[in-house]
Amino acid sequence: MAHTPEPFFNTGPSPFVRLLFFALLSLAILILDARFRQLEAVRQVVSVVLFPLQRIAAAPVSLFERVSEFFVSHGELRAENARLVHDHGKSAILTHKNQALEAENAHLRKMLQAREQRKEPLTLAQVLYTGRDPFSQRIIIDKGTQHEVQNGQPVIDAAGVVGQVTRAYPLLAEVTLISDKGHLVPVLNVRSGLRSVLVGTGQHGALEMQFVQQNADVQKGDQLVTSGIDGVYAPGLPVAEVVSIETNPASTFSRVICRPLGGVGNHTRLFVVRGSEAMPPRPAEDAEKGARSRRGRKGG
Amino acid sequence: MINLYPGTPEEILKPVKTGFVVFTLVAAFLTNLLPWSGWGLLVRPDFVVLVLLYWCIDQPRKIGFAIPWFLGLLMDVADGRLLGEHALAYTIVAYAGIVLHRRVQRFSITPQVLHVVPLLLLNDVIVLLIRLLAGYGFPGYWYFMGSVVGALLWPALSYLLKLPQRPRLDPDHG
Repeated sequence: MAHTPEPFFNTGPSPFVRLLFFALLSLAILILDARFRQLEAVRQVVSVVLFPLQRIAAAPVSLFERVSEFFVSHGELRAENARLVHDHGKSAILTHKNQALEAENAHLRKMLQAREQRKEPLTLAQVLYTGRDPFSQRIIIDKGTQHEVQNGQPVIDAAGVVGQVTRAYPLLAEVTLISDKGHLVPVLNVRSGLRSVLVGTGQHGALEMQFVQQNADVQKGDQLVTSGIDGVYAPGLPVAEVVSIETNPASTFSRVICRPLGGVGNHTRLFVVRGSEAMPPRPAEDAEKGARSRRGRKGG
Repeated sequence: MINLYPGTPEEILKPVKTGFVVFTLVAAFLTNLLPWSGWGLLVRPDFVVLVLLYWCIDQPRKIGFAIPWFLGLLMDVADGRLLGEHALAYTIVAYAGIVLHRRVQRFSITPQVLHVVPLLLLNDVIVLLIRLLAGYGFPGYWYFMGSVVGALLWPALSYLLKLPQRPRLDPDHG
């Protein structure tokens, strides 16, 4: 009885063994990707293969948009034209003023021997789709390393900062929105000059200003712009507006909720700011401390 | 029509064409890639896992494990998620489908839906566990909504996917 007959049909390894094999393979990939970030090359290759499929999937919606754009009424077009002429006139005046200010600023900077502010080139990008991942606030745009989009570049729209490129593929890029949980933007309060850090809450339209003392000068309606301290975001880009301030006697800090000014979540066209300034490296011992308590760093 | 009452004689179906299985999987993948937004995104089921599960239950010998694993990997790249997240979830759901296929096939459509709900939720829970381990927060209970909607789509899906297998009515023996 020691000999078991050959099975009539050879079915290969049992389903459980095969499951185990593929499960272990997935776990190995997961650990390599999440812990060591070793598989970016695989991701790049697969994303290039997937690109046409993604384009095909996005096609019906963009076709619908184009068709509905075609059937805009005459009245709407006239109203829009009138608004654009008005806006253009206003911005032309502002541009003249801005030119004068820029010249003056350059002159003053030269006198102070300060570093000149560089103008960053912009890339217009279209949003392919918005976050399908319920765990994070991300969007995919249709420009990638082929269009000189790199990791870490800020993404803005006409109203303000929207996010940052976190993963650049050859033909597309993944942008993490400023509302993504834990995403930091160093900001400056325009009215009071107070420096702070804005942290995403993971919800659309809500950012939290961290480490604001109870007695700090923050008011409802304050405008926050990027401070440019981290070297990622160019200084002076509008980011958010203070919506509510809650003070809790039990805590040292107040809870300041802000609303992003850039259309985080409802835009189709964005600009990627290429080539942000290279900052001199952070002093060694400070960097070590910073790495240990990144969340606790005040003022960027 | 769908065999609503167990015990009534089953209809005789034509064999499934492999090309059709591939076509439905590609179509499900493309449906997942559509630019969903707003409410659509909230209630969107994972069509790939739904169609995979259908074929695992209906034709357990056609799918195997490599296809779910590879589709999961593609989905991970397309969504910019952790690599292997969907691959693991799809593989486990496919296994559950293959193991349970005899049982589920014996039921009529409504009890089948009740079998499909936990399997789809299993897919969500695996992804959720991986994400929680990777340090992300819980996204809220609506996260499970897609699977419930997906299970409700099951009767329509199984009707549609069976269509090409139905023999054409013979006008002489109608």
